[in-house]
Amino acid sequence: MNCSAKTVGGAALATVSGRIDLSNAEALREALAAALASTETVLVVDLSGVDYISSAGLRSLMIVFKAAKPLNKAFAIAGLQPLLMEIFTISRFNLVFPLFDTVRGALEKFAPAALPEFDAH
Amino acid sequence: MQVTFWGTRGSLPTPLNGKAVRRKIVNALVKGAGHGLDTPEKAEAFCAEELSFAEAGAYGGNTSCVQVDLGSPEYFLCDLGSGAREFALSMMGKHGPGKPQTYHVLMSHVHWDHIMGFPFFIPGFIPGNRIKLYSCHPKLEQAIRGQNHDPCFPVEFSMLAASIEFIALEPGKTYEICGAKVTGRLQLHGNDSYGYRIEKDGKTFVYSTDAEHKPEDVAEMEGTAAFFKDADLVVFDAMYSLADSVSVKEDWGHSSNMLGVDLCQMAAAKRLCLFHHEPVYGDDQIDGILAETIRYEEITRSGEPVAIYAAYDGLVIEI
Repeated sequence: MNCSAKTVGGAALATVSGRIDLSNAEALREALAAALASTETVLVVDLSGVDYISSAGLRSLMIVFKAAKPLNKAFAIAGLQPLLMEIFTISRFNLVFPLFDTVRGALEKFAPAALPEFDAH
Repeated sequence: MQVTFWGTRGSLPTPLNGKAVRRKIVNALVKGAGHGLDTPEKAEAFCAEELSFAEAGAYGGNTSCVQVDLGSPEYFLCDLGSGAREFALSMMGKHGPGKPQTYHVLMSHVHWDHIMGFPFFIPGFIPGNRIKLYSCHPKLEQAIRGQNHDPCFPVEFSMLAASIEFIALEPGKTYEICGAKVTGRLQLHGNDSYGYRIEKDGKTFVYSTDAEHKPEDVAEMEGTAAFFKDADLVVFDAMYSLADSVSVKEDWGHSSNMLGVDLCQMAAAKRLCLFHHEPVYGDDQIDGILAETIRYEEITRSGEPVAIYAAYDGLVIEI
């Protein structure tokens, strides 16, 4: 699993790739918590490069999602591959997290002011 | 070893109401139209071949009670939820009141849904019967006696005619009960609960209900997987979705279908039976959860497959 984060127009974008399981779920949680701290608007987690996520990985996403709420920050997930979408559906996390096909779609919803900078990249 | 499920619902009995029965009848009549179902045999065959389990049957509404046939003339049960009454009625039908029997009962814990069948457990009223209640839970005797006591029930415990013994077990120690090796393990649940690993003649059955698992807790997950190791059948508390169990229902003491799969895969267990169904779930929802769990097992499988079942009142699994 690899996770890289940056801010674009004030929004935090975390791009995750590989396999998320028990061995790296905590590292993911720490990386996403740091990304959340870097924004005042929204953390968008791009999972388009992830081919598997375990229950421990889903829980890490949940912890960061819960941390965002009292801070009035949004949390969104983008780019789920079909297999990941199945796992999100079976776990019912599809009913918990705001899901978007693309990072741009998530920014349109939660941080439209970030779009010009996002589109410029 | 044969495992028979007499009660499978979580938390409280959930009878099928008239509205749900009517819905099943209407659905079956519509689907059967034009099939010439003019004899019971044709209708039976249609139900078996053309209707889903939820359409033609029901998961049932009794609370936890599971019988394990260990090849002994004595009986072995796990928990005395409301399903114990059905089991007791079958015993009366089989043996009548005149032939004393011995019942070994392993109790996971003393929450109401796991003990509520005891006041209606007919063998308890019959002299000559022996009922041996085993548990790692230290308050078993207090809870059972308290339930058969004014003002909760009119028949005092002291009035029961059978010989009833309470046998305290220690978690982590292995005991011989009804010819099987039985080992208990503390589980995360309000007021505590205990899972049991039951081994006989090379077969292993694990009864693990009312247990919450924390997917991020490596030591707990590995400890549970070791307890499930190579089991032929794991009966698993799958009351909630994973999302619910780590969010709004975190620390409510129950687990999910997905963690059942994860743990059975880690343990190389052969069969997983989803148990302690959420009372708000209808039959079609449990059908759906079973299908999703089978799919989740497929997409996460890295070793031998784990066969997935959803427990229903009346299910028999031979292992």
